[in-house]
Amino acid sequence: MNAPEKTLKAWAKPTLSSHRVGVMNKFGAVRQQFHQTEVDGVEIEPLLEQFGSPLFILSEKTLRNNVRRLRRAFATRWPKVRHGWSYKTNYLNAVCSILHQEGSWAEVVSEFEYQKARALGVPGSRIIFNGPWKPTAILEQALQEGAQIHIDHLDEIYALEQVAQKLNKKVAVGIRLNFDTGYTDSWSRFGFNLESGAAMDAVQRIASSQWLTLTGLHSHIGTFILDVRAYAAQARIMAEFMDKVESSTACRIEYLDIGGGFASRNALQGLYLPPDQLVPSFDQYAEAITGALLEATRTRSAAGKPLPTLIMETGRAVVDDAEFLITRVVGGKRLPDGRRAAILDAGVNLLFTGFWYNHEVKPLRQLDGTHEETVLYGPLCMNIDVLRSSVMLPPLNVGDALLISSVGAYNNTQWMQFIQYRPAVVMITQEGNVEVVRVAEQLAAINDFERLPDALRLPFPQGLPE
Amino acid sequence: MAGQTLDFPNVETLRRLALSESGFIFDPVTGNSFTVNHTGQAVLQLIQQTLDVEEIIQKLQAVFEIDALVAERDVIEFAGQLRGCFQ
Repeated sequence: MNAPEKTLKAWAKPTLSSHRVGVMNKFGAVRQQFHQTEVDGVEIEPLLEQFGSPLFILSEKTLRNNVRRLRRAFATRWPKVRHGWSYKTNYLNAVCSILHQEGSWAEVVSEFEYQKARALGVPGSRIIFNGPWKPTAILEQALQEGAQIHIDHLDEIYALEQVAQKLNKKVAVGIRLNFDTGYTDSWSRFGFNLESGAAMDAVQRIASSQWLTLTGLHSHIGTFILDVRAYAAQARIMAEFMDKVESSTACRIEYLDIGGGFASRNALQGLYLPPDQLVPSFDQYAEAITGALLEATRTRSAAGKPLPTLIMETGRAVVDDAEFLITRVVGGKRLPDGRRAAILDAGVNLLFTGFWYNHEVKPLRQLDGTHEETVLYGPLCMNIDVLRSSVMLPPLNVGDALLISSVGAYNNTQWMQFIQYRPAVVMITQEGNVEVVRVAEQLAAINDFERLPDALRLPFPQGLPE
Repeated sequence: MAGQTLDFPNVETLRRLALSESGFIFDPVTGNSFTVNHTGQAVLQLIQQTLDVEEIIQKLQAVFEIDALVAERDVIEFAGQLRGCFQ
C-alpha cells in the first residue's frame, strides 16, 4: 500500500514587520482590502491575455450613467442646460462619440481638437471653441461653420474681426472672463479680468464692432474644486456682469458657460479624507450653481427677459471613474528603508495623473500575505516614475495584475510615447461586449513619422567602426 | 547556490530571538518585538539552524509548494529584511 502523498503548504513571500508605538494610522491600516476580477461583468484576466498588459479598460455604462446624472442634476433645476464635452479630458473617438450620442456638444481648445470633432461628424454649430490660441485658418473654418467661439484676449478680437470681414459675415461670439470668487485661487491667465475693468473694455470693443456681436460669457474658475460655494459665487458674478453688459451696451447675452472643474471621485494627494467624503455630488454642484443663478436673475425674470442657457464643460467628473488601467507586476524589491516596492509594466508614461492622485489600486485576485506599505514604480528608467509612493498591499509576485482606478481623465490625452509603447484601450459596451477602441502601438507606426537620410542607413559602405 | 551563505545578521542574534507559534518575535536584548508571517517564521527557524541557502531551500521545499528559484529569491529578500531589523 502506498503512503499517502504529503500535502505541501501554500507559499507566500516571507515578511517581517517591526512593532512601533505611536505610528498607527488613525484612518485604519489597510484601505485596499478588496480585489476586483471584472469590469461590468467581464473578467479582466482573459482580456490581459488577449490584448496584453498594460491595458486600459473603458466602461460605456459608467460613462453614459455619469453624463446622464450630470444632465439630470442641472436640467431639473434650470430651464435651458447644455453640456460641452471637454475633448482634452479624453478625446478617444469612442468616448467623444458616446457623449455626442448623449447630446453633449464638443468643447475644443485647439485646431487639432476642432478637426477631431469635425472628423467625427460633429457639426461646427455644436462646437464650443475655447483655448488661448486659435490659428487664423481654423478661426475662419470655425466662423464659417457656426462654431461658438470664446475670445481669450484682445488680439483675438482683432483676428476675428478680420476673418469675419473677409467672410462678410457678422458673427456671434462669447468672451472668457476671469475673476476672484473668494473661494479658489483666481485663474487669471484665461480671458479678460473682471475686477481690473479689462472685461468691460473687451465688451465695449465688441459692442462697437461692425463684425462681432457678443452673445455669451464664459469662465473657468479652476480644476478639482471641492467647495461648491466657489461655483455659487461664479454664477452670481457672471449673472451680475451679464446685467451690466446688457445695461451698458446693446448686447443680449444668451448663455453663461461656467467651464469645468468639478472634482471626480479620486483621492487628491495631500488630502486626508477619502473622496467619498470630500467630493460633492452633481446634485450638490447643481444646487449651488442654479440656486445662485435663480437669485441673481430674479429681477431679470420679473422684467420678462429670457434666462440664459447654462453651459457646463464638465470633463473629469464625467469620465474619470469610467476607465481603469490594468498593469502587471514585473519585479519586486525591498528598499533600504525596509519598504516593499513593486515594479509595474505601466508608469507615469501612461498614468500622468499619478503625479497628483493617490489612485486606488486593487489586485485582480485575492492575494495572501500581510499588507505592507508598498511603493509602486513604473517601467521607466527615471526616478520620477512612481505610481503610488505608499499604498497598503499584500506581497506581490511577478505576473500579478493590479487594477488602477479612476484613470479616465487626462491620461489618454497626456500619455507619453517614451521608451515604451502605448497599450491598447478596450471598451466594455453596454451589452457586455468587448470592443477595441485604440490598438496597441507598434514600432512601425512610430517610425512612420521619421525619415532617415540614405547616407545613414545600415549597412554602412565602410562598415561599422571597431 | 550550493554551499552559498547569505549575509544574514549575526547567527547568535537570530538564535536569541523568542519565536511564538503565532509569529510573534521578541528580542530579549533590545526589547523590540516583530511579527513574521508563516513562511517568514519557517525561514527564520531554519536560519537559526543553518546559514546554507541551498539547505534552507531544500527544507522549505519539503514543507511548502514552492519553486526553488522563487524560494531563493524570496529568501534573499528576507535576509535583507532581517539585516534591517537585527543589525
